[in-house]
Amino acid sequence: MGYLDDPENIKKLKKVFFTCLAILVLIDFIVPKHPHFSLERIPAFYAIYGFVACVSLVFMAKLLRKFIKRKEDYYDY
Amino acid sequence: MITSVPPAAIFIIGAFLIPFLKGKLKTAYLLLLPIIAIINLLNLSEGTSWIVGFLDYNLIFCRVDKLSMVFGYIFVIMGFLGTLYGIHVKEGGHHLAVFLYVGSSLGVVFSGDLFSLFIFWEIMAFASTFLIWYKKDKRALKAGLRYLLVHTFGGTCLLAGIMMYLYTTGSLEFSFIGINGIASRLIFLGFIINAAIPPLHAWLPDAYPESTVTGTVILSIFTTKTAVYVLARAFPGTEILIFLGAIMTVFPIFYAVIENDTRRVLAYSLIEQVGFMIVGIGIGTELSLNGAVSHAFCNILFEGLLFMCTGAVLYVTGTSKCTELGGLYRTMPITLMLCLVGAASISAFPLFTGFVSKSMVIQAAADGHMFIIWLALLFASAGVFHYAGIKIPYFIFFAEDSGKRPDEPPFNMLLSMGIVAFLCILIGIFPGVLYRILPYPVDFVPYTSGHVLSQLQLLFFAGLAFLFLITYGFYPKEERSTNLDTDWFYRKAGRGFMWFCNHPAAKFNMWIDQAFLKGARGFIWFCRNPIPTLGLWMDTAFVMFYNGFIWFSENPVSILVSGFYGGLHLAFAMVSKGLLKISSAIEKARDRAEKQRVFYKELIEHGPPGGDARSISSDLFIAFIVFAVFLVYLAIRYFL
Repeated sequence: MGYLDDPENIKKLKKVFFTCLAILVLIDFIVPKHPHFSLERIPAFYAIYGFVACVSLVFMAKLLRKFIKRKEDYYDY
Repeated sequence: MITSVPPAAIFIIGAFLIPFLKGKLKTAYLLLLPIIAIINLLNLSEGTSWIVGFLDYNLIFCRVDKLSMVFGYIFVIMGFLGTLYGIHVKEGGHHLAVFLYVGSSLGVVFSGDLFSLFIFWEIMAFASTFLIWYKKDKRALKAGLRYLLVHTFGGTCLLAGIMMYLYTTGSLEFSFIGINGIASRLIFLGFIINAAIPPLHAWLPDAYPESTVTGTVILSIFTTKTAVYVLARAFPGTEILIFLGAIMTVFPIFYAVIENDTRRVLAYSLIEQVGFMIVGIGIGTELSLNGAVSHAFCNILFEGLLFMCTGAVLYVTGTSKCTELGGLYRTMPITLMLCLVGAASISAFPLFTGFVSKSMVIQAAADGHMFIIWLALLFASAGVFHYAGIKIPYFIFFAEDSGKRPDEPPFNMLLSMGIVAFLCILIGIFPGVLYRILPYPVDFVPYTSGHVLSQLQLLFFAGLAFLFLITYGFYPKEERSTNLDTDWFYRKAGRGFMWFCNHPAAKFNMWIDQAFLKGARGFIWFCRNPIPTLGLWMDTAFVMFYNGFIWFSENPVSILVSGFYGGLHLAFAMVSKGLLKISSAIEKARDRAEKQRVFYKELIEHGPPGGDARSISSDLFIAFIVFAVFLVYLAIRYFL
């Protein structure tokens, strides 16, 4: 039995993870920053960008797959 | 005082002893050689040495400055760790290829002239091909051949560029070149093929995952990084590199997300990471060049570590595909931990290598107010965490249980991976170790609260996105597939071209050949038949003409000639006849006169024969008297 086979453990890990997320957003208002671009002034810009980037990345990749996916032996004779 | 030799020499010359060694001696030799190389490297002093005259030029085998030394350090370190990782490999030829490859890479880094650079460049291409071929299956054979073709193409461009460069500048020195004219563009093209800059990148995800377990690790280290080195030396501040690099950081992520083979995912991540270096070189400021070089240094470590981990998994399970893996954390915890260090490093988590190098490039882009580039680099930073930081460990060690329960990989692999992981963390925590050896003085502090927070936000929320997509089933399922990339053009389109050659073009060719053949046959027939016929006619006509000419010259002319002579003869004859007649008349007259004289002589001497000479004179006298009487009569009648 691995550690992750127990759903309770997964729940615990998720809790830790979400707590981290909350802390990261909250201290965003305290930590001094030196923005180069106006976008960076948006509160928790990096958090939003990271999330949006990855979600859009996956959806675009799925779209891409429609065009470029071939069978595994596509190049074999 | 130990005199140092060119670092390339130790590996290249040392390599040829490998086939003669066996067993433990070979193992000891293989590990000792890189250590000697490291000691040798530490003894190198700045400046150029080992200058060998060749024709009219100087070949410089040992040009030591800060830029070449950074690459020199990491190459010999990884030469050692890569050898340690693959020490269990039995084939001597595999080690030989590795040593030649490492040696020629060092040769490129330390060569101070373009000619020796080119020679090492080519050795690199050929030696590395054998690392693919040693996988010894059909796919590897073909992939290796494609790999070799691409690199020899690049090498040819480079050689052509070097020749033209030599012709225009008269110098073989390898230093800043810059885009300026066709020669430099050809050299640039040769370099960017090895840097896997799109659309010339496809050889990398095509060939690297087909290589041997050790081979992929070694391959991931040298070719692209030597390309980064030569670009950093010859083309810093080339603006197009910024855009190419930015594209390079973004597009492989999409491929990596949907790719099934973990080693191919890493191959795409390698392109993406090299993209950061290329952007850094393109920006060309001291900060960005430091960023590019340090990222190359760090990338060799963490990319090598990740390839080592997936290689180890391939070694113990026989597969590197996500669809066939999962749940390995139960029996491979050490490998998992090492893999997580690599994942954290490539994702640039604070306290790991990627963070201290990649942030320099991003900072340089921000300093240059390149907004779009900056957004692309951030996107890539989030994306790389997504597929390399999460996907690789997740699908190998967690995800659905594949039921596989393999043991940890052999000790030498774990040791090698452990040392690399240690270096990843060491540099992550003490970046000064790395910053001290960079080409330019470093005025950059990675660990500011702002940097750390923004990076952590980016990564954690990218992680949240993954969790969200996996939980709600949006994440693309891992599927066995082949994803089309630009290698399609020389794999499928190339095959299409061959089909075109073998079918329509061949038919057309055959048709032309046949036409020619028919023509030739006809010609032969024509020569055998009508031409002799024609010749006969011509001969006949000629003979006839000739005969006619002979007839003509024999007849009318001779007629003319003979006529002329005949006429002449006739005239003479007539003249002579007349003369004859005249002379005979004269003769007759003379004879008569002679007869008269004889007669008168007889008459005078002897008197008239038979009569009186006076009788005749009396006749004449009478006649005279009659005539006189007649005249008197006439005279009287006239006067009267």
